Formats: sequence, structure tokens, C-alpha cells
Amino acid sequence: MDLRIEDHPILSFPERKKVKFFWEGREVWGYEGEPVASALHAAGIKVLHKSLKLDHPRGFFCAIGNCSSCLVVIDGVPNVRACTAKLRAGMRVEMQRGAGPAPSDRE
Amino acid sequence: MRKTELAVVGAGPAGISGALEAASYGVKVTLIDRGDRPGGQLVKQTHKFFGWHAKGAGTRGIVLAEQLARHIRENENVTFFGSTEALGYYSDKVLLLETPRGIEPLQCERLLVATGASEKMLLFPGNDLPGVYGAGAVQTLMNVYGVRPGRSVLMVGSGNIGLIVSYQLVQAGVRVAAVLEAMPVIGGYAVHASKIRRLGIPILTGHSIKEAYGDGQVEGAVIWKLDEKWNGIPGTEKDLKVDVICLATGLTPLGELLWQAGAQMEYVSELGGFVPLYDENMETTAKGVFVAGDASGVEEASTAMAEGKLAGLSAAWSLGRVPPEEFTRKREEIRNELYQLRAGPTGQKILRGLETLSKRAKKVTA
Amino acid sequence: MSDEGLLVTGIPTSEELARVTPPRERREKGPCVMIECFQRIPCDPCHYSCRFGAIKEFEDINDVPEVDWDKCTGCGMCIAACPGLAIFVVDESTGNEECRIAMPYEFVPLPEKGERVRLFDRAGTEVGTGVVERVIPGQKPQGTPVVWVRAPKELSLVARHLAVNREG
Repeated sequence: MDLRIEDHPILSFPERKKVKFFWEGREVWGYEGEPVASALHAAGIKVLHKSLKLDHPRGFFCAIGNCSSCLVVIDGVPNVRACTAKLRAGMRVEMQRGAGPAPSDRE
Repeated sequence: MRKTELAVVGAGPAGISGALEAASYGVKVTLIDRGDRPGGQLVKQTHKFFGWHAKGAGTRGIVLAEQLARHIRENENVTFFGSTEALGYYSDKVLLLETPRGIEPLQCERLLVATGASEKMLLFPGNDLPGVYGAGAVQTLMNVYGVRPGRSVLMVGSGNIGLIVSYQLVQAGVRVAAVLEAMPVIGGYAVHASKIRRLGIPILTGHSIKEAYGDGQVEGAVIWKLDEKWNGIPGTEKDLKVDVICLATGLTPLGELLWQAGAQMEYVSELGGFVPLYDENMETTAKGVFVAGDASGVEEASTAMAEGKLAGLSAAWSLGRVPPEEFTRKREEIRNELYQLRAGPTGQKILRGLETLSKRAKKVTA
Repeated sequence: MSDEGLLVTGIPTSEELARVTPPRERREKGPCVMIECFQRIPCDPCHYSCRFGAIKEFEDINDVPEVDWDKCTGCGMCIAACPGLAIFVVDESTGNEECRIAMPYEFVPLPEKGERVRLFDRAGTEVGTGVVERVIPGQKPQGTPVVWVRAPKELSLVARHLAVNREG
């Protein structure tokens, strides 16, 4: 089942621009300007983060920027909330492990 | 430094109503929201609201959000700051904002905190697995971004949010395996419950989730019956194959800014958690800091809008913009409206909470 | 029918239903409304949606609706106006074997006129089939579509949901 809703009794979803981006180096697609979390979810990717101490898998929880359960690394910047970050073409999104890479580790 | 007369944090129904009311008296308002458009949680509410026909009852939340956003755009006294977070409020009446341009201070004569609420977590093994989502998150994902949360959902909680989101899931083409309710009775309105029962969704009262399981993400849930002391009864377990567990177990006010501004906070369980003490004008114990909507106690959109209007009116009055008789008359009108909205059986819990709060407020002033 | 209580099951009891069911003679005369709203909640749009004054004015916003079946024409305007989707129209005037039922339907796809649909009771149990007589589509995003179906007469007070069955 495609997770994208095409036909809805109440809502109409306008045409949006499809863009390619990268998840852990793999090419996936989403709509420009939608949250990174919804694009990843629609692509079947639910595990966004590994927890700080126990390395438990984490996904989003609140989807509106309250809870920080969905932290990812975007273009080398750690601790970005996937639920509020807007998708751009060519973005490189990585799963964040623990606290993520320190700034000095970045390219 | 940028200046404004009234800063409103949170552009949901409460904040927008407050901003528009104050602006109608010529007050210069800056309306701030983390989201990029005004509307708050209304932007994902596809159901029609109850209330007075004369006040727009029967309108879907998404339609109401559009209407309110237009009023904001067309109002020359209101400036909207989207994609902006309020980081703190300081004693020299400076609100610190994180905007897309960077950190900016905003000098404001009055502050209205209408920050809303966040979802409560429930304790059970596996509750941190991806696939365990807040009901609001599920609504955002499917109704704002057009993405289904999964194939099959277990809904935990039968308050209005749990019932409404279950219905919306089916509208989006997702199966709802069951709705669980720990209490012996359904929490939300009967009409919402009836709507999902005729779709064949069971509502299991006296039930809760025992655990979520799955390899890296939710693959199922074990549910069980509860005894009268809320303990699970061994032997009553059932296994449900679901890929999403949706938590609709209540909301708690988002009061960080109020704490930080120095408002006196009290824990009132009927209102969802810590709420500020406030007077009949919606002003907190931090002078010049007003509160409205879920941040003052978790209810719903129609009461939030009335509270926002009252707070906006009071802020305008405190700035000397509202003639005293007009202020008193309008304040009584809004208070009467709030009273009527809470007069039914479902408003009783809120009224108990507000009574507790007002008793504590009297202790403070005594 | 379950009689455990509306707030336990989400299904009205037979006593509650009896209070809002139009009398048989009235149903056999022509279409009339059945408002399945039993709980005091702050809501009044149904009254304003009725151009015949059949849904009485609310003294208190929390009152449950009260219908004057002599004034009700069964037009169904209130069905799409009810935020709780709790209003139905039943009509047993069409003959011995059949009835007509109108219900709100906020799902896709919408059924088409002449299409056979599955019918369900208040617990979501399939109770039979009916044939769609008329579909009043709602205007997106605000509208609520209303579907009129012809069904076996014994389902007039029973069937409260339908499903379109186009695959298999």
C-alpha cells in the first residue's frame, strides 16, 4: 500500500514538486517543502535516531517540533528535528546515533 | 530593538482570537508561531466543530484555520512572525525570538501566552519504538502532509481526540484495529463514539496496552483488561498485529514560557497538569502576562477562542484602549459564553479544575 | 441490540432510540428525520439548518434536539449540517417491502446512483444490501455528502452506514 493519500473525502492535496534526496546515502524522493519526517515516512523509513544511552531505535512522536524524538543529521548538522525541517532537493539526511557527530567531525 | 504593544505567542485559535480582539482596539500586535502559517492545531482538524451556529459551529477546523489566517493577513495592526520560536521573556519586557533570520529581541508592553499543549506519554514496554505516535502526530502526518501513518492502527484512549482520529484514519484508508479505554466508560462525546462503532471499530473499555513489540519498529501490541485498581489482569491478553500504536491519552499544557516569565504555576489534574494562576481578565501573577487556550488548562477550540478574545480584550484595556463600561460589558459576555460552553456534563471536569485553581488564586492574594 | 449503555458501547440503547424514532404511522406517510443525539453537548447547527422549523429552538446550547415530526418534510438538509453526523432520514412510504434511508457519508469513493452497497448497523455488523437512489455530493472541503439508499423495509431503523464494494 502506498502511504501517500491520493483521494480523500474532505481534503485535496495540491500538486507539489517531487525532489530527490538522500537517506543514509540512498536516493529517495519526497515533495519539496514537506517535512523531512513525512517524506521519510512515506518512503517507509521509520527509524530516524538511535537513543543516547541504550541505542534504542527512535522515530518521530509529536510531528510538530515539541518532543525531539526525531533528531537526524542533515548535511552534516546534528540534532535537526526531522518533523520541522523542510525538504530540499539533494539534502543528505542521516540517522543520528546518540548525540550525533561533533562539529569538529564535520567535513 | 523591534517594538510591539502586544506580543502573542502561539497562533492557534486562542492566540489568533486574542490578537484580533486587541487589534480591533488599535493595539499593535505581533503574533508569533513556530509553524509557518497561522492556525495552530486547527490546520489538521478535518471534523466539524460543535458550538453556536452564530459563532461558526459546523465549520471544519481546516476551514476555520483558513478564515482566521485571512483575518490575520488582512489586519494591518497584526504582524505575523512564522517559523519563529519564543525562547524566553525577561523582566525588562523583552521577548527573545529565534527567527529564520537568527535570534532577535522583541520589546513588548504586554504578552499573551497561548502556547497550547503537548501530548502525554503512556508508560509501557516498547513505548519508544518507532510506530508509537501521538494522536496529533498521526493527524498532522495524514491531514496536513497527506501521508498515512501505516496500515493498521491501535488507538489508545477514547477521549474526543482518540475517537475523532480513529474516524479520520478510516477516511484516509487506514484500518483501526481497536480503540482502548482504561476507564469503564468512553471518554469522548457519544456521537463521535457512535460514528466509529458503525464503521465496525471496537471500543474496548476497561482495557489498556500491556506492551508494544517489534524488531526495530512496531509490529504488534499486546492488550489486556484492567481490574478496578487499574492493574492488568493476567490471562486476558490479546495480541493485535498493528504497525502503528496511536496514543490519545490526553494533553498537558505547554507552560515553559510562563514558568520562565515568573508566573505562579499550580498542578491541577483536571486541567491537564501545571497551569498558571490567572484572574478574571486572564492575567497571570506575572504582571502584564496573559494566558489563554490550552496553556491555561486543556479544553477545546471553542473555549480557547473565547479565552483568547477575553485575554486580548483585557490586554487592550490594560493599555488604556477600551472604555471601562465597554470592557466590563464585553468581559461579562465572554465569561457567560464560557460558562455556557462548560455547562454540559462534559464540562464538569473543567469546572472542578477551575474551581481548584481559583481557590488557590484567592490564597495567593489573601 | 446492546443495552449496556451508550457511554460504554458507543451504541444507543433501545430506550434511547425509542425516544428519537418517528412513530410508524409517520414513517409510513413519508420521509422524516431521526436525530441520534442523546447527550447534552454545546451544539445547535441542526436547528438553524431546518427551514421548516421542525427542529425546535434550543433554550440552552447544551439541550438535545427535539423534532416536530409534523413539520419535518424529510428533506435531509440537517444531515449534512450535523457536526456529529448523528442525523438520518427514514421513509417507509415507498411500499411494503422497501424503505429509503438517507445517511451522511464522508468516505471515498462515493457510491453512484443505482449501485448496490453493503449496509451496516450501529455496531458495524453487515445487515444486508441496498441500492443507491441519490447522492448529494458535498462541496470540498466543508461539505458532507449525503447518500439515499433503498433497502429492505426491516432495515429502516437498523442500517446506519454503508460501504461501496467495487473490488471482488
